[in-house]
Amino acid sequence: MKKTYKIDVDCANCANKMEEATKKTPGVKDATVNFMALKMKVEFEDGADVDAVMQNVIKNCKVVEDDCQIFI
Amino acid sequence: MAVLLLLPLDDKPILRFALFMIPYLTVGYDILRKAFKGIMNRQVFDENFLMGVATIGAMALGEYTEGVAVMWFYQIGELFQSYAVGKSRQNISDLMDIRPDYANIEEDGQIEKVDPDDVEVGSTIVVNPGEKVPIDGVIIEGHTTLNTAALTGESIPADVQVGDEVISGCVNMTCVIKIETTREFEESTASKILDLVENATSRKSKSEQFITKFAKVYTPAVCYSALALAVLPPIIRLVIGMQPMWGDWIYRALTFLVISCPCAIVVSIPLSFFGGIGGAGNQGILIKGSNFMETLSQVKTVVFDKTGTITKGNFVVSGVHHSTMEDKKLVELAALAEAHSSHPISRSLQEAYGKPLDLGRVSDVTEYSGEGVVAVVDGKQVAAGNLRLMKRLGITAEDCHKVGTVVHIALDGEYAGHILIADELKGNAREAMKALTKAGVRRTVMLTGDKENVAQAVASEVGISEYHAGLLPADKVGHVEKLLASSTEKDRLAFVGDGINDAPVLGRADIGIAMGALGSDAAIEAADVVLMDDDPLKIAKAIRIAKKCMRIVYENIYFAIGVKLACLLLGALGIANMWLAIFADVGVMVICVLNAIRCLMVKNL
Repeated sequence: MKKTYKIDVDCANCANKMEEATKKTPGVKDATVNFMALKMKVEFEDGADVDAVMQNVIKNCKVVEDDCQIFI
Repeated sequence: MAVLLLLPLDDKPILRFALFMIPYLTVGYDILRKAFKGIMNRQVFDENFLMGVATIGAMALGEYTEGVAVMWFYQIGELFQSYAVGKSRQNISDLMDIRPDYANIEEDGQIEKVDPDDVEVGSTIVVNPGEKVPIDGVIIEGHTTLNTAALTGESIPADVQVGDEVISGCVNMTCVIKIETTREFEESTASKILDLVENATSRKSKSEQFITKFAKVYTPAVCYSALALAVLPPIIRLVIGMQPMWGDWIYRALTFLVISCPCAIVVSIPLSFFGGIGGAGNQGILIKGSNFMETLSQVKTVVFDKTGTITKGNFVVSGVHHSTMEDKKLVELAALAEAHSSHPISRSLQEAYGKPLDLGRVSDVTEYSGEGVVAVVDGKQVAAGNLRLMKRLGITAEDCHKVGTVVHIALDGEYAGHILIADELKGNAREAMKALTKAGVRRTVMLTGDKENVAQAVASEVGISEYHAGLLPADKVGHVEKLLASSTEKDRLAFVGDGINDAPVLGRADIGIAMGALGSDAAIEAADVVLMDDDPLKIAKAIRIAKKCMRIVYENIYFAIGVKLACLLLGALGIANMWLAIFADVGVMVICVLNAIRCLMVKNL
């Protein structure tokens, strides 16, 4: 399953870091962060609990870039 | 700060330090805070940390002015960057200003403004002059002129009337129309296009992937070399009995840290692609990803599917030969004789006749499948069909030397001439080929299901050297594969089709270009580059846009990395001071961002 989220982050490198962090989160199959459109596309693994996974994604992203926001 | 520089504080070091801390902390508080958080989160190598260490180091060495200046310029750079990025986001959404804000829904004679999302399929909506058509649909009342410029980049307005399909994103120019919606908002053309453009930069190009990897390695590498630079040379000097000069080497190491921030390149590359894709979108050229932008710039071979790309795909009367009567009269007789047929040929004849047909003049129609018709028109027997029909009736017909479909006419058993019906070439097909050659395309190939003589005539008319005729759709895939096998990594192959029945080929080519795709979902799905209108000149334009964009991307990569490496070298040798390091960081970033914004300007390319 794929979902798109609006995000807010100020630098392009930080967006790349968020992408990395999201990809490493359990339950996430693949993720792309589009810095220019400020959007994040997450592909979840089958049977993953989307809400729970996204909470972890936010936590992991906050670790690499404190200023980022993901609007769920 | 200037005041601080002028004050005679050299003999009061503590006061001087305290006074300089005021601007330093005001400017740099934010960064120091983030750097601290970064350390707590074990994210050592981020920009804030680098800037924090560099400036604190400079302050510790007593280089107050430089410490404050670095922080200050860094902040200005960040501000500029977010301004520039925000601005180009804005520019691009203005360029693609096709998102409708509301829909006027009509229910029981009442008109209500609602969110386009809430309109169900089959509802009736009203579009006033000056408003955008919010949802795809069919006109059920009124006629008007639509401006499709935002979708196609084409400024010629289109006239539409009852029964015509209208596409969301067009602007209604003259009269009120009522539309019955045929799609939901999400599925409508405007939403799809916007979605496509916005997501295009998610498909990363090779150069973007390179930069991401580069940034990952670059920052730690520079930091470790900074550490080495601060420690090793002084120790070596100590060992060989020279003055260690700790301060000097630490200063050089700090300059390294300032240069190590990768942001200039990391931000300018996606910005360039975003600009290029937005600018192209404004011209009616949708490029579905940064990776396709890259491939498009390397296209050396363009393969065309003839119908719909080079020719219009509509059949028109292009000549009347050997006629024994007035040409017009002959067309009229043929149109009347064929009036009951739904064959495309009969439609072309009716169009050429141009007036409504009076079916009362036609009687006793006999149709010979695959040959033509015989009918009585105005009391005379008219036979209209191919050579086989003439043979069946025992009439000698004149053959036609021109290429196309020929309708022979006989009147009361006497040969009366023939009408030539041919597919029309697009007005600027020939210029399009020239433009392609100019844009660096070395080989143009035409594939068609048509007969050999038709293909040859079209190819020589527009100036295509290579053609393959009589192909079935499956053969086209085979041909493209053969061509792909003979081209190399750097010479990419583009396939141009009209999106009808050629999805497999569009998918197989390095890059599939669908043209005239306005409103055709299949084409938008299958292709990598979508030309909203059917102007073949746009192919060359798309390639030129891609080339310009890639040139800017490479300029930025080489410039940013080059300047940074040069400054690192100069810094290590002690020639570059922190001021130069600030330029290498912030200055380069500003220049790269400004350069990237040029990608947006593709209108006159």
